[in-house]
Amino acid sequence: MAAAAERTLSLWEGKINARIKVAGHGPALVYLHSGYGLIWDQSLDQLTKDFTVYAPEHPGTSEGDPNAIAHLDNLWDLILYYYEMFDQLGLDAPALVGHSFGGMVAAELAATNPRRVGKLVLINPLGLWRDDVPIKNYMVTPQAELDPLFFHDRNHPARKLVFMNPEEADSIIRVSWALACTGKFIWPIPDKGLRKRTHRIAAPTLIIWGQQDGLVRPTYAEEFRKLIRGARVELVANAAHMAPLEQPAAVANLVRDFLKK
Amino acid sequence: MKISMFHLMPHRELPADFESKYHSVWVDPPFWELAEPNRVGQYYNWTLDELIHAAKAGMDGICVNEHHQNAYGFMPSPNLMGSALARATNGLDVALVQMGATLPTTIPPIRVAEEYAMLDCISGGRLVAGMPLGTAMDADLCYGITPIEHRDRYYEAHDLILKAWQSREIFAWNGKYFQLPMVNLWPRPIQTPHPPVWIPGSGSLSTWDFSAKHDHCYCFLSYYGNNLGKRVMDGFWEFVDKSGIDPNPYRAGFLQLVAVSETDAQAEKEYYPHIRYFYDKCLHILNEYMFIPGDQDHRSLVNSVRNLLPMQMQLLNAVSSWKYKDFIENQFVIAGSPSSVRDQLMQAVKKLRVGNLMVLLHIGSMPHELTLKNIDLFAREVQPHFRNVWDEEGWDNKWWPARIKNGGQRPDVSGNGGEARSHS
Repeated sequence: MAAAAERTLSLWEGKINARIKVAGHGPALVYLHSGYGLIWDQSLDQLTKDFTVYAPEHPGTSEGDPNAIAHLDNLWDLILYYYEMFDQLGLDAPALVGHSFGGMVAAELAATNPRRVGKLVLINPLGLWRDDVPIKNYMVTPQAELDPLFFHDRNHPARKLVFMNPEEADSIIRVSWALACTGKFIWPIPDKGLRKRTHRIAAPTLIIWGQQDGLVRPTYAEEFRKLIRGARVELVANAAHMAPLEQPAAVANLVRDFLKK
Repeated sequence: MKISMFHLMPHRELPADFESKYHSVWVDPPFWELAEPNRVGQYYNWTLDELIHAAKAGMDGICVNEHHQNAYGFMPSPNLMGSALARATNGLDVALVQMGATLPTTIPPIRVAEEYAMLDCISGGRLVAGMPLGTAMDADLCYGITPIEHRDRYYEAHDLILKAWQSREIFAWNGKYFQLPMVNLWPRPIQTPHPPVWIPGSGSLSTWDFSAKHDHCYCFLSYYGNNLGKRVMDGFWEFVDKSGIDPNPYRAGFLQLVAVSETDAQAEKEYYPHIRYFYDKCLHILNEYMFIPGDQDHRSLVNSVRNLLPMQMQLLNAVSSWKYKDFIENQFVIAGSPSSVRDQLMQAVKKLRVGNLMVLLHIGSMPHELTLKNIDLFAREVQPHFRNVWDEEGWDNKWWPARIKNGGQRPDVSGNGGEARSHS
């Protein structure tokens, strides 16, 4: 994996030192990670060939600054925080790609101020809820049960990048705390009213879904598509909830082709 | 020394294969598969009877607590139990130790302030106000509290309750988690400045800080007995010393499982199945429900993962293959003949330096009659020997209702119009 540079921004009245991994050349692409923290995976590597990828670390998940999360009380704060980040990065209306929890945040950013997002890509996003297709609370589900929901190939090497290693204290701490900080905005049910706001999304939108997603079933892809004007769905075969990690080339190609159109 | 009877109000008849069929006793064991409301009604009534029996037998206090969706204890409203007990024990010098209404899940928190004030009034000033943080299971899963906000909500609720009890002005509360326009509590508690506050904890350093800062009684509640308890309490007393606070033993509480029979052999015969039931079934909790990301702050998370967890896991694995004698040797349970229990308990309270002891006299599947027996033997043969522990050091139990502290006079609120009776 190509080493990404790190930029630090002083945001939220100087209370949060935002850490952002940056790599690549080309138009700006902001990537918002899942509840498990930023994993700089092969799909991002591939995207750096055509885009300048900005991958911010959710507040609290940056090494050495666990309590940064205390400064953001709710989803509204989080959304405004990201607009400040765009301002400081000099990004007027970047392409915005979000995965899982990051997908919910991306959709909210596109809905709240439609002029700040040029194009939107949602990869197995959270944010909607249907009682007939409930979403397991992954923060309290044993990893053995999450395995088949997250990865189509149970033995995929990328699993080690996501799940905590019970033998390694650092791994347990890092993953728990990432779940804690992102979980703050989706507890207890990952539906914070996005459905009321999706009508505001103006950005051309691509919805990518790992077809074997057992956490957020592909039924939701159609839900998102119906709610977002002009949105299109692309299913990725042999991938589950962690599609960018399991099928990085397929995901990167879809994102690139969509953004370059 | 004060000794109170603690009761968890468990499901007493879980099926033998419970822990192999269900992954957790807490949060998601399905009620409709495991329990039946009429029978559950019997459990509640037995529990009330057992606590009232303990009060009449001369125990200093009776304790109930709060848990949700939990087969090992399901008093989702401890104050409902408390009100029945308050009424039934008017005329007795017994403290109502509510251990207690969980703070962060009661919204708005002034509900706790009001209910506690009601209990204090109904009981003639006999309330001990326990203020638990609540477990991750209860607060985050059963009641939907955001894990990373759990502790902060608790602190705000605590501050609001204490102000509501004492304020001589009607005030607005513009908090981070709770907003109330005009707080003017009716009723107020009898006890002034407020009922004694006990803070249950399981070893976290921030709870010690908190108890000390507010001069509350810190109660270490764990089911792993007094040998492990000593490690925590040693740390607690060291903290007290370093903080320049007086080492008053009454600022510490502890919960101990106790089972008394005629002889040591008889104790094993009568109580072991229930002890086994307790540790195998009642403590069968899914780890992912106990350690919810964010429920511990980062500092505690690091400490747990690096220091506590490996040891705890080792211990829990060992327990499943223990025999009766292992529970006694490891002091998870104090059990035996009256003299044997007296010896074990005396060692325990001295090494923990605890002035406000709680004993779990109903354990797991213990049937009603056996529980009454345990209470009788404890109250008659054990408790009297402990009354004067700590007397020599001359400490005042600031964390006990003043009116019943020394078995003194109280107004008779029993409604019987009789004379106030006192017990020593």
